[in-house]
Amino acid sequence: MGKYIHSVLLNEDKCIGCTHCMRRCPTEAIRVRNKKAHIIKERCVDCGECIRVCPSHAQDSITDSLDKLKEFKYNIAIPGITLYGQFSSKTDMNKVYEGIKMLGFDDVFDEGIAADILSVTIKDMIKNNNLPKPIISSFCPAVLRLIQVRFSSLIDNIITVESAMEVAGRIAKDMAMKKYGYKKEEVGVFYLTPCPAKVTSIKNPIGIKDSSLDGAIAINKIYGEIVKKMKDVESICEYERATPNGIGWARVGGQSYSIDVDNYIAVDGIENVINILEEIELGKLDGVVFFEGLACIGGCVGGPLNVENPFIAKSIIRELSTKATEKEYKSSIYTEDEHIDYYLKNEFINWTENIEPKGILTLDDDIQKAIEKFEKIEEILDFLPGLDCGSCGAPTCRALAEDVVRGFANVEDCIFK
Amino acid sequence: MSHSLIKLEYEILENDFSRAGEASSNMKKMLTHLGINSKIIRKAAIVTYEAEMNIVIHSKGGKIFVTVSPECIEIVAKDKGPGIKDLDLAMQEGYSTAPNDVRELGFGAGMGLPNMRKFCDDFEILSSEGNETCVNMKIYLK
Repeated sequence: MGKYIHSVLLNEDKCIGCTHCMRRCPTEAIRVRNKKAHIIKERCVDCGECIRVCPSHAQDSITDSLDKLKEFKYNIAIPGITLYGQFSSKTDMNKVYEGIKMLGFDDVFDEGIAADILSVTIKDMIKNNNLPKPIISSFCPAVLRLIQVRFSSLIDNIITVESAMEVAGRIAKDMAMKKYGYKKEEVGVFYLTPCPAKVTSIKNPIGIKDSSLDGAIAINKIYGEIVKKMKDVESICEYERATPNGIGWARVGGQSYSIDVDNYIAVDGIENVINILEEIELGKLDGVVFFEGLACIGGCVGGPLNVENPFIAKSIIRELSTKATEKEYKSSIYTEDEHIDYYLKNEFINWTENIEPKGILTLDDDIQKAIEKFEKIEEILDFLPGLDCGSCGAPTCRALAEDVVRGFANVEDCIFK
Repeated sequence: MSHSLIKLEYEILENDFSRAGEASSNMKKMLTHLGINSKIIRKAAIVTYEAEMNIVIHSKGGKIFVTVSPECIEIVAKDKGPGIKDLDLAMQEGYSTAPNDVRELGFGAGMGLPNMRKFCDDFEILSSEGNETCVNMKIYLK
């Protein structure tokens, strides 16, 4: 198995060995050994549930610091669309962007503009293309990884376009290079991220060879400084901004709304996404055209690295994305067809690599041996109490039995034995 | 040469829509652990789900037996009747005897048996009016 870089990280000093994260993990990727939690890297999909539930704040996400800006001549911040939901709906986002610039950036490029571009392209793709239905959105990287790990038969259903973050990164870099004559490596593009999964998809992307982004900074780590700087803003520029449709992508259902399909299902919360993927695998949702699955409750506004409460942020996004505001946001970057043609031709939007299933649940590559191991698991399970208490350090009795058979644990780890 | 086999058995209750899908979902997990190709798993899950739904909707309850060997997945669905009057007709796409209340739930489109035949490699059905129905399906792994 190749090297798998993750953003979710455990701080051992802070970990008290409770089992909150282990019980919540949707891919059973956490074990508690010697009173410390451990993440099984191959299983982690970076959804960030563990960060959210950790009472000791021991689970965190590796993001970059502003120091990294020094490595580049020209730095661009790409605020995740959820940033709109972190301020009041009355706040002038231009002022927020000025505040961001004062932290050391030369420019700010709204991720929502890329969402607008993708809305147009996805809409066209759905119309002209006979992809297996339902077409699965590629927006949430945690859901993509979940499909790789647990629902690999649905890989062909995923729409092969990059995420808004990546598209925004490519456009921003391209524009800076053209406008100021910088070389690619001289332009630093940094994503202001609401979640660890986005960080992982920069360091270890799916569907493309390399990400155009150079780093990611957690919104919650930079928010206070932005607010502080905003007080000192003297002059405010007008920035290119997303339309209400693009802003809507920050909440669940926004993407489906913006691509204008009638028969869609939009689901938030990783457990709910798992349930719907199960149904899709059974062929129960063949009549549905588009499936938007987002790992966090509420959509990206629920990302664990945000500041504002997800429901409040969601309501702010709703206001911004449905109400016609007095000032019409409209970006010239996407409205002209020739621009979209240019982005499509220059591989700004589509995936270039196939995504492969990850057979991490497989007990053995030799099916004969796998069957034997499965039987062994069933035998051990008969012998365990079936309480799923977690005291052994595995999330369920079945997980312990699996660990025993894989050679990672002992039946005696069960406190009832 | 001794061959390992996995045998699983699921009880399916008449009219129990809330639990329908449990057998196929459970089987799917097991097949994933065995490292079986995901396309094959999906076929097995679809035929098992259709078999579950047929037992729930049309029969007085029954059982599903799943046997996995390194060569083949065998799924046998056996119910307690009341049997199928006209098998040829039942195998036609779109033909359904499902009552209206079931159709209103979105089931009973007449695709159950045709889908089961479509997604497995060997398909055999035994039934007659007043008797139990037994569907035997095989999906080969090689």
